[in-house]
Amino acid sequence: MSDTTAGQVLTTKDGKPLKAALARALRREKLRSLALIAPLLIFVLLTFVAPILDMLFRSVENSIVEDTLPRTVVALRVWDPKSGEVPDEEVFAALYGDLLVAVEEKKHTRLGSRLNYEESGISSLFRKTGRRVNRMDEAAPFKEQFIDADDKWGDVGTWQVLRQFAPPYTDGYFLSAFDAQRTSDGIEMKPEDERIYMLLFGRTLFLSIVITVSCLLLGYPIAFLLAALPLRTSNLLMILVLLPFWTSLLVRTSAWKVLLQQQGVINDFLVWTGLISDASRLVMINNQTGTIIAMTHILLPFMILPLYSVMKTISPTYVRAAKSLGANDWTAFWRVYFPQSVPGIGAGAVLVFILSIGYYITPELVGGTSGIFISNRIAYHISSSLNWGLAAALGTLLLVAVMVLFVVYDKIVGIDNVKLG
Amino acid sequence: MSALPPYASPLQRTWYYSFRVICGLIFFFLIFPILVILPLSFNAQDFFTFTKEMLALNPDGYSFKHYEDFFTNPDWQQALTNSVMIAPVATLLATSFGTVAAVGLSQSHVPYKPAIMAVLISPMIVPLIISAAGMYFFYSRIGLQGTYWGVVLAHAALGTPFVIITVTATLVGFDRSLVRASASLGANPVTTFFKVQMPLIVPGVVSGALFAFITSFDEVVVVLFLGSAGQKTLPWQMFTGLREQISPTILAVASLMVAISIILLTVLEMLRRRSERLRGLSPG
Repeated sequence: MSDTTAGQVLTTKDGKPLKAALARALRREKLRSLALIAPLLIFVLLTFVAPILDMLFRSVENSIVEDTLPRTVVALRVWDPKSGEVPDEEVFAALYGDLLVAVEEKKHTRLGSRLNYEESGISSLFRKTGRRVNRMDEAAPFKEQFIDADDKWGDVGTWQVLRQFAPPYTDGYFLSAFDAQRTSDGIEMKPEDERIYMLLFGRTLFLSIVITVSCLLLGYPIAFLLAALPLRTSNLLMILVLLPFWTSLLVRTSAWKVLLQQQGVINDFLVWTGLISDASRLVMINNQTGTIIAMTHILLPFMILPLYSVMKTISPTYVRAAKSLGANDWTAFWRVYFPQSVPGIGAGAVLVFILSIGYYITPELVGGTSGIFISNRIAYHISSSLNWGLAAALGTLLLVAVMVLFVVYDKIVGIDNVKLG
Repeated sequence: MSALPPYASPLQRTWYYSFRVICGLIFFFLIFPILVILPLSFNAQDFFTFTKEMLALNPDGYSFKHYEDFFTNPDWQQALTNSVMIAPVATLLATSFGTVAAVGLSQSHVPYKPAIMAVLISPMIVPLIISAAGMYFFYSRIGLQGTYWGVVLAHAALGTPFVIITVTATLVGFDRSLVRASASLGANPVTTFFKVQMPLIVPGVVSGALFAFITSFDEVVVVLFLGSAGQKTLPWQMFTGLREQISPTILAVASLMVAISIILLTVLEMLRRRSERLRGLSPG
């Protein structure tokens, strides 16, 4: 390239600057890879990410009050909730107008059950008033007629709730998820005996830690043995780990249900050996013990596999070197082998913990009432109590916890290094 | 660890054997619950434990009645049909989208790769109950809740991360100059993909598809919320069976599902051996 001097631009054969041509080629390559990824990306965004965002939105969304009682919400803006007095006639007139429309469209009962989550009794208040509102006299003052229909309308508390949940967004669901509530004096914790969600979150964390630790205690020796044995033997023994891994979750849960029952295999065996009497059969299911045993079994392969893949890379020469320098077996293991296996412990423990705090099926089937997780409560609010906002708020909190843990996992293992089977 | 040296002290000997016993017990814990349901599923009585006849190996203690119930009971048959209708379609969707995307992701210059990867892997990370809740809310807005396609789309989304992971893993060892060679010989990109790239990454695609299939076939949380009675799958039927009227037919179904897992495991193991042999990693 003797003809290339400083300042002269390199060109391709057809006279374009080489730099521009390269940039174009690179851009084309980027576009091609994006075009290949795009179908899946759009698919996942539509079928999976959008639902998750919708759930996050639902945990703060609260347009039902404004949609059902638009005029009342406007009229209430001038009312001072701290005045201690019921709003004046103007607000009641607006309420009458709104309720007439709402009853026509049968929307007032939905609003009633929504507000009932915040204060019990409002649901019946709306239903009762809904039956009366068509018979009200439009000439006479509405205030007396409403209070006559249900004296809760004369209660400042009812109006405070209505006023507080009038805005289209609310932190009410998150406050409930934290066992807190908003009173006229600001945010405060609910009475001791009504605090259930923090208790459930605490229990979910506690049981997940217990499950992670027992998985580690059981998984470490197995991974150690598999990594130390010759490949042929360890491949055979690996089947004993992979078969449970590949077996349906429900199959394993049913197996534990069969084993742990009071008339089940384990109790029958213990009675037969004479270790326990027939009258004192162990209660191992429908409580925390059941959840811990079954979930340790289900999640154990998720601990063994990452541990094994890390231990496989630890060279046996280090331990031999330590021993030749005078370390006994324990010191060689603890000071040389164990520190090298710590990344595997981190990866396995975080994985098991992430999986375990979101578990639903197994606690539902073997957990009874004392062994259930926060996810069971979320499911309850979706399908039984129909308090979707609260379910969404609890789900959001759980999601945040999992995301934080996942960032930790990503730091330890790296998202690209996830291996299967 | 691998072998006990002849000069080992008695303490070392004791530890060596007790360590193996401990490991044996843990292996027993892993495998026993799965093995125990196999004989119990042949119980002639409606019990969940071994009867005296069974322990005495008396043929009268055993029967196929729970299997007969599974194959004749319309509830179970409907559930089986639904599972067979949903899982393959979800697998097909997940595998085709996932394979193409994995090929795109393995190119050398992918803009925003970490962010894209995080989105694509997210269905595997987010707890199922949250996915189920979000999908339930969102799909009922757009009228997919309680429909066949709602369940299929949800299951396909849950299966894609597995396809991405397994296929990208096989593409790591893929020689890019093969693609250039094929192009220089006049093949267009589509021909190159199907004739050159596809045959080489087939093990990854198949094992990804198996993962996607088992994800859908075993999935119960999402279908429980998204499905209506018309989409009752086998795991859903098992779930209700375990929660309400627990019948020993569940054990027969469970045994059949263990058989399916064994088949899947064998196929995967054969694929793994094949790809190791192709790459010259394994001696045998």
